[in-house]
Amino acid sequence: MTQIASPPEVAATVTSDGRRRGTRPGAASGGRARRRGGRVTPWLFLAVPLALLLLLTYVPVANLLWYSVTDWDGLSPVKEFVGLENFVEIFTRPEVFQVFFVSLFYLAGAIAQLVLALYFATLLSFRTRFSNLFKGIIFFPYLINGVAIGLVFLYFFRPGGTLDALAALVGVQDTPQWLGDPSVVNTSLAATSVWRYMGLNFVLFLGAIQSVPAEQYEAADLDGATSWHKFRYIIVPSIRRILGLSFILAIAGALSAFEMPYIMTGGANGSETFVIQTVDTAFRFSKVGLASAMAVVLLVIVLVITGVQRLLFPDEKKEDVS
Amino acid sequence: MTATTTARTTAAPRASLARSRALARTGTIVKYLSLVLACLAALVPLVTIVVLAFKTDDEYRTTTPLTPPGSWLNLDNFVTAFTRGGMLTGFVNTGIILVVSVVGTILIGTMAAYAIDRFRFRGRKLVLGGFLLATLVPSVTTQVATFQVISALELFNTRGAAILLFMGTDIVAIYIFLQFMQSIPVSLDEAAMLDGANRFTVYWRIVLPLLKPAIATVVIIKGIAVYNEFYIPFLYMPSQDLGVVSTSLFRFMGPFGAQWEVIAAGTLLVIVPTLVAFLFLQRYIYNGLTAGATK
Repeated sequence: MTQIASPPEVAATVTSDGRRRGTRPGAASGGRARRRGGRVTPWLFLAVPLALLLLLTYVPVANLLWYSVTDWDGLSPVKEFVGLENFVEIFTRPEVFQVFFVSLFYLAGAIAQLVLALYFATLLSFRTRFSNLFKGIIFFPYLINGVAIGLVFLYFFRPGGTLDALAALVGVQDTPQWLGDPSVVNTSLAATSVWRYMGLNFVLFLGAIQSVPAEQYEAADLDGATSWHKFRYIIVPSIRRILGLSFILAIAGALSAFEMPYIMTGGANGSETFVIQTVDTAFRFSKVGLASAMAVVLLVIVLVITGVQRLLFPDEKKEDVS
Repeated sequence: MTATTTARTTAAPRASLARSRALARTGTIVKYLSLVLACLAALVPLVTIVVLAFKTDDEYRTTTPLTPPGSWLNLDNFVTAFTRGGMLTGFVNTGIILVVSVVGTILIGTMAAYAIDRFRFRGRKLVLGGFLLATLVPSVTTQVATFQVISALELFNTRGAAILLFMGTDIVAIYIFLQFMQSIPVSLDEAAMLDGANRFTVYWRIVLPLLKPAIATVVIIKGIAVYNEFYIPFLYMPSQDLGVVSTSLFRFMGPFGAQWEVIAAGTLLVIVPTLVAFLFLQRYIYNGLTAGATK
């Protein structure tokens, strides 16, 4: 038991050591100055940031936990304690499974998004003509206002819109209702999300690949490495961490997909996601208790996913600082 | 792949050289073809909106999305969007909220980072952990409970709601400042303190000016985030007069529901400032997002 427990402890001392070393130069010479700062001064600097952190993050989370075991409607002065009834309701209603089924579309979209981003980042990491132009165009959608993207794609997908016109160009006349048909709508919305967010992954991957020193590629060239070898043995290891992080974020993002479907369909035609259902339950149907329980469920899922990420990629913080 | 490499080292070097050259050429073709396709995928939805914004209502009804407008000088839709669509109010409100919350974020973030990086005090680890843990909380869902806080503060339906929420929850900014502050030598602080400066003077006169590059990064990523934020103003500022860029544009779907050419013009009005910012600040935006996204 003790043997198993010891390695993490060792790792912990190493990290704290590493961090201390990072700020050491000051600490070594500035001990006196630091002490003179007194005990109150840091708290004066922290007063406003901490107050806002508590007020806008921890108070809401605490309230969320409290509301989730009541039947509160958001207005009445009484909040009746109902125990775990809300949670039972969440997991026994069939609509909930429908909602998680919808997030599978976004998960598939997120994976496609990562694959595309990796592909284009790899392409542009080799010498390319107009590489800045390509980079800019592929990335730009990420910067656009979400409502603007929503409207662009409402027009793109509407009957007789851009997509139908493009289909007609290649001779396809019989197109589905891209946003009206429940069997197609989630694919359309997930594709819009891919269009919107792919650029960020792409730029992050490209940055990680380009941070590899050029000598490594030169050495690989001397050894007669092919492009595939460079991808497999230089590029992949250099972006493994950011790839893992992106994958975890993609799962969390798929579960909390909200903006695109909310703006474009409002959750109609079977495109309702878990978050849309949560905010509608709270603000449209005034069931704050039930909505809080749903928010707690999502919070727990996200925390578990993040915990898994920390387990799989424990070195993340240390590399970041350096 | 391995077949070609071994072949190269053994027999018939010339033939295999030709083959690998052909392979490289196909590779290049595939590469540029896929890049062009990606650019088309990124641009076609946007270009058709540009095309649409210059069409008259009649043209919109009679031509396909891919036909160019009769006149590229037809600005009627933009005028309609700007005046009747409340875009002017939207830009004014977004401007006010953006300036105040960006300044607030910088002050709050730098103060927190200064305290955490330059002081050793009891509870420091707890504070740091408190900020760290908060990054994990998905903000859209906690709005269910945040809403009660905002109402209790009587900020509902005021610009203050959005400003407070944008200022109060930006932990990424704190991390960017923290990382950057570690590279500012503490000896500068100490020299100033030996000259009699107190901690506040050190923060204001020495640390803050030296943080300029980090501040620029935060201004850019925060500016983009505030400009693009939809749900917070939508939820907390439902009044027409308090529309920001996102919510004003969102409301286009009601009154202009059948006039897609006006919606397109409004959409373009929202996209153009982003495009201009991107063209001028490209490098900073790439760097800022890389710094922000990996936390």
